[in-house]
Amino acid sequence: MTAYVWQVSECLLAIALAPLFAGWVGQCRAWLQNRSAPPLWQPYLVLRKLFHKDAALATDASWLFRLAPYVVFSTMVVAAAIIPSVTTDLPLARVADAIALVGLFATARVFISLAAMDVGTAFGSMGARREMMIGFLAEPALLMVLFSAFMTHGSTALPEMVEGVLDQPHIVLHPSLFFAGVAFVMVLLAENARLPVDNPSTHLELTMIHEAMILEYSARHLALLEWASWLKLFNYACIGFALFLPWGIALHGAGVGLLALAIAAVLAKLAVAGAALALFETLSAKLRLFRAPEFLTMAFLLAVLGLLVYLLLGA
Amino acid sequence: MEILLVLGFPLLGAALLAIVGARRYAAEVSVAASLATLLASALLVLRIIRHGPMTAWNEEFFIDPFNVFLVALTALVGFTTAVFSRPYMRIEASHGRLTPGRLRLYHSMYQLFMAAMLLALTTNNMGFMWVAMEMATLSTVLLVSLYRTRGSIEAAWKYFILCGVGIALALFGTALLYTAAEDLLGGEGMGALLWTHLDAVKGQLEPRVMGMAFVFLLVGYGTKVGLAPLHNWLPDAHAEGPTPVSAVLSGLLLNVALYAVIRCKILTDGALHSALPGHMLMGFGLLSTLLASFFLWRQRDIKRLFAYSSIEHMGIITFAFGMGGPIANFAGLLHMTMHSLTKSAIFFAAGHATQLSGTQRMDRIRGLLTIHPSVGWGLMLGGLAILGMPPFGVFTSEYLILITAMRDHPWATPVLLLALAVAFGAIFSRLQPMVYGDTDDQPLPHTPALVPVFVHLGIVLMMGVYIPPALAEWYRLAAQLIGG
Amino acid sequence: MPPVNLSTQVVQMLAGALLLISFAMLAERRSRRLLILLIWQGVVLVASTVIVAASAGLTHLYFSAALTLLLKVCVLPLVLFRLMRKLGIERDNEPLVNVPTLMLVGLGLVIFAFGLAQPASALATTVLRKTLGIAIAVILLSFLMILARRKAFTQVIGFLSLENGLFFAATTTTYGMPMVVELGMALDLLVAVFIFGIFFFHIREQFDSLDLDQLESLKED
Repeated sequence: MTAYVWQVSECLLAIALAPLFAGWVGQCRAWLQNRSAPPLWQPYLVLRKLFHKDAALATDASWLFRLAPYVVFSTMVVAAAIIPSVTTDLPLARVADAIALVGLFATARVFISLAAMDVGTAFGSMGARREMMIGFLAEPALLMVLFSAFMTHGSTALPEMVEGVLDQPHIVLHPSLFFAGVAFVMVLLAENARLPVDNPSTHLELTMIHEAMILEYSARHLALLEWASWLKLFNYACIGFALFLPWGIALHGAGVGLLALAIAAVLAKLAVAGAALALFETLSAKLRLFRAPEFLTMAFLLAVLGLLVYLLLGA
Repeated sequence: MEILLVLGFPLLGAALLAIVGARRYAAEVSVAASLATLLASALLVLRIIRHGPMTAWNEEFFIDPFNVFLVALTALVGFTTAVFSRPYMRIEASHGRLTPGRLRLYHSMYQLFMAAMLLALTTNNMGFMWVAMEMATLSTVLLVSLYRTRGSIEAAWKYFILCGVGIALALFGTALLYTAAEDLLGGEGMGALLWTHLDAVKGQLEPRVMGMAFVFLLVGYGTKVGLAPLHNWLPDAHAEGPTPVSAVLSGLLLNVALYAVIRCKILTDGALHSALPGHMLMGFGLLSTLLASFFLWRQRDIKRLFAYSSIEHMGIITFAFGMGGPIANFAGLLHMTMHSLTKSAIFFAAGHATQLSGTQRMDRIRGLLTIHPSVGWGLMLGGLAILGMPPFGVFTSEYLILITAMRDHPWATPVLLLALAVAFGAIFSRLQPMVYGDTDDQPLPHTPALVPVFVHLGIVLMMGVYIPPALAEWYRLAAQLIGG
Repeated sequence: MPPVNLSTQVVQMLAGALLLISFAMLAERRSRRLLILLIWQGVVLVASTVIVAASAGLTHLYFSAALTLLLKVCVLPLVLFRLMRKLGIERDNEPLVNVPTLMLVGLGLVIFAFGLAQPASALATTVLRKTLGIAIAVILLSFLMILARRKAFTQVIGFLSLENGLFFAATTTTYGMPMVVELGMALDLLVAVFIFGIFFFHIREQFDSLDLDQLESLKED
């Protein structure tokens, strides 16, 4: 029974923390770029503002356009439920493994792309096409990363992987995971519309990918989509922790004290990861769009390399 | 002691020439240093003949009949080339192709190059052998680009990169060799890289590691031998560098590199208990011979032509050592000697021929016999000798190699014969018009030194007719050491 | 999984890092970043040498590490940086083949290298010999880099990366070569780089560029 409580509360925690994480990244970026930083809770303010507005819909918009934000948001919530960010004691995570997770992300992508094309504006279609191109290349890379991890840990379920690592009496370093880790970061950047693939704070429609798709949205729809994209970043970060830095996650049957510790650990990891992300984004320049496939091919190859290294070194 | 002299004189010469620079007597100093080296190596030879193989300096140096013969050959050709380059470089300088600074570089680097080759030959340590080979590359790179023309810089760059990569592979091979040996000989000391120690335990070396090591060593040092398919640097470097450098590259450096390969082959043979290393040498040798002989037809540049001929002959020698056995090894050693003497003689003559006509293009070199008969005769006789015409010594060695091939590896004979025939046609058809015919070229401003050409060809002729028993005995001993 | 000690794990990890850097070099277009990657490669090399030295208790490896640090992390990059500034080679430099293809070829090379190293790794008298495959892969990747680039500067960096791969192989598989030999190699490397430097100036003097496209007059005709 407590497991279900934890399942629900972990979900809620993810939903609540995701805007905070996005705010933290934004703040770090502002600091690094010598701008005066927006407050940490800026994303919450944005959400409140958007939810209070009245939604305006394009005249050509169909039901798909209105449905998409809800679908996208809920897939992200389900994904958050699968990922062991605080505890591995998640009933839902036992039924859906990491491959299902990739499927969930794909579902969200399909819906948002369809919705972007639904209105029939040029930018929406362009964004959708670019998004599909990047997704088409990022997905195999992500799968390869997961395969490397599966082979190394001998399981396809994220909680079991985490438990496998944490059960070891001492730390075991895996060179294969090193490669997978780099590949994963590259996929994360591409999938979450971060630099160097896409610029989340761009105002130039011609260079947009993610922003171009949601140009037509407003009010609560936009709020949900923004929230979903923050959740996606949060989810990706938590997948990364589960795969590569699982220390701190509470195991099955842990007490409240340990769970509190686990939450603190997640917060600390998120703080570091957000700062690192901001630093990386500040240091790198945006790639020209036709370089993006190259970037993702590299991610894919690195993940394959991780597999190879695993096979050779057996570690 | 003699070893110290052999290595010391060229080093001293290099230092001295760096100070002397381009003064009038620089060339004489170079000749003197080379002569001293030659005398020292003669002393070394005498000592080996009297006392047999020896080691020196904590066994860091090792001399046996196999390498002492190469030391003597290197010192001899080094000396004659120094004699040749005295007037040759003067003519180049008066043609305005060289500045005093570059002359200083030339003389100094030449002696350093000799020292590097002699070190590679005499050292017992496989690591030092690598270092010396790298030193030989580095010292010749700047010699190849001495003229600073576009062509010479390109050639030197190619030479540097290709040989640098090759030599790096050889280093990897050396590291693997060390891996295989350190379990047996202990890692801390220097024992595990000493060839004599390795030779003593070669039967127990781990065969798989040794096999891998040999592949890397063969490809690595083979690049410097000019074995196909990594031979590309060789024609460029020969064609674009000054002629004395072409002569020592062809006549000596290739030999030294091959010597390194053979030393490794002896160890690998012992470890593998199979004919695999020999077969690899045979394969590379045949490929190089065949490829080079066909490329000979496409050459227009006289030095490129003979550079390809060097690849062809190195291929033949490699093939001979690949077959192994007393006769083939004997023939290989003999061919090594003959080739290096003949080829350097040819380059001497060709160098003066290009100075006479002011170009390296063969279709513009005409009538050498009319304008300068001794250059013409030198080129003609040298050409005939390298083509394996009896009574020159090249004929003897090629004949022996063919006979052994017919007996042991009949399938290879037609390939060899084809390559030799193609090469004959290619070189002979170019040689004739260059030597005969009319010309209006001007004679040279300084008298060329053609004594080295005829001394070399004289030795080659003598060896074709009569090999002194002492020398034959020496070859036999060396051939026995190589085994296979 | 059999228990392996920490130092071996760290060295394997560093081996992985070395391979990763080699791939990054293969994909990198800017000379400056290539040089920085080369420095990183040197740092990884030093780290792995120190760890091997500590775990095996070999003092001569510390000297070797110090030598590497001095030569490959300090002196050579400094020389190359100065050359780069003097010659003004900052521009992008496009490989002959596009990067994804290059990466695929590189992947093939890695598989080949692992296959090649299999017999030697299988022996594995020292656990470290497992990294031999990675060392060979680094060497082959550097080889590929030399072949695929047309700038003289990039080729030199490829050459130095090749040397790094060799040193890594030497330290991890055999606990390093004897000291005297290593000194000789270091000297050779140093001289080589100075000659490279001289060459840059010669090439630029003659061709007004370090683009090796122009170095193509000596072809078989």
